[in-house]
Amino acid sequence: MRQDIFQAIADPTRRAILSLIAMQALTPNTMAEKFDMSRQAVSKHIKVLNECGLIRPEQSGREIYYHFNAKKMQEFDNWLAQFRQSWETQFNQLDKVLATIKNKKNEQ
Amino acid sequence: MNSNLLFDFTVDKAAKTVFITREFDAGLSLVWDAFTKPELLDQWSAPAPMRAKTKYMNFEVGGKRFYAMISPDGQARWALQRYTSITPKTHFQIYNAFSDKDENLELPGSEWDYNFSEQDGITKVNITVFNESFERMEKLLDGFTAGFKMTLKNLEDLLVTLSQKS
Repeated sequence: MRQDIFQAIADPTRRAILSLIAMQALTPNTMAEKFDMSRQAVSKHIKVLNECGLIRPEQSGREIYYHFNAKKMQEFDNWLAQFRQSWETQFNQLDKVLATIKNKKNEQ
Repeated sequence: MNSNLLFDFTVDKAAKTVFITREFDAGLSLVWDAFTKPELLDQWSAPAPMRAKTKYMNFEVGGKRFYAMISPDGQARWALQRYTSITPKTHFQIYNAFSDKDENLELPGSEWDYNFSEQDGITKVNITVFNESFERMEKLLDGFTAGFKMTLKNLEDLLVTLSQKS
């Protein structure tokens, strides 16, 4: 199952990890140190973030560094903007429906 | 739209919640009807170029609205809304889930909460969408985006036709 972005960023620890690696790419070991968490717990969070494309791994020698994928976040924000647009379109349609009914009532 | 009417759309990513506020230039009874009567809902509750078509609706606690959002190419996306709480002309709550044409639900769904209040002939509607998943939002928007692209495509074709004639 593809990870849901909303699900991924709803978790405070994962948001903190994202904020941190948005500034600099980190290895899982460094993350575990900074968050005072087990490697296992960090791995779980990394898996979720990686599966929804918010971070991308890059091999550097023997280490894997995780980078923040700003493009994916932007994509998500674009989707939200479209969600907003969809509501706006519906509400503008409703304005017309309400105006039509009001006019009919006034004519009677 | 009267430009003085409020429209606010806020997303709390941490809580996976969307807050929507909109004012309408009409009295409470009329706006309430527009949100709770199928013949009115079908006139506005799918973003053009999509249209909404209610198959059946019982507006009572435990009752349901089973409806489709139909895209310009005739694709129907079915959804089922169950009314979980109703306070006439003030508030209602639904559990909303996509389904197939036979009402088999695609879970999880999400909870939507609607509040209505009137002041000086302007009715304010507050909508809270709880725990909408991104994937569901994508689904909600699929048809809308496809329809929108189709509209642009039709416009392009029309412009091409017109420019060839001139």
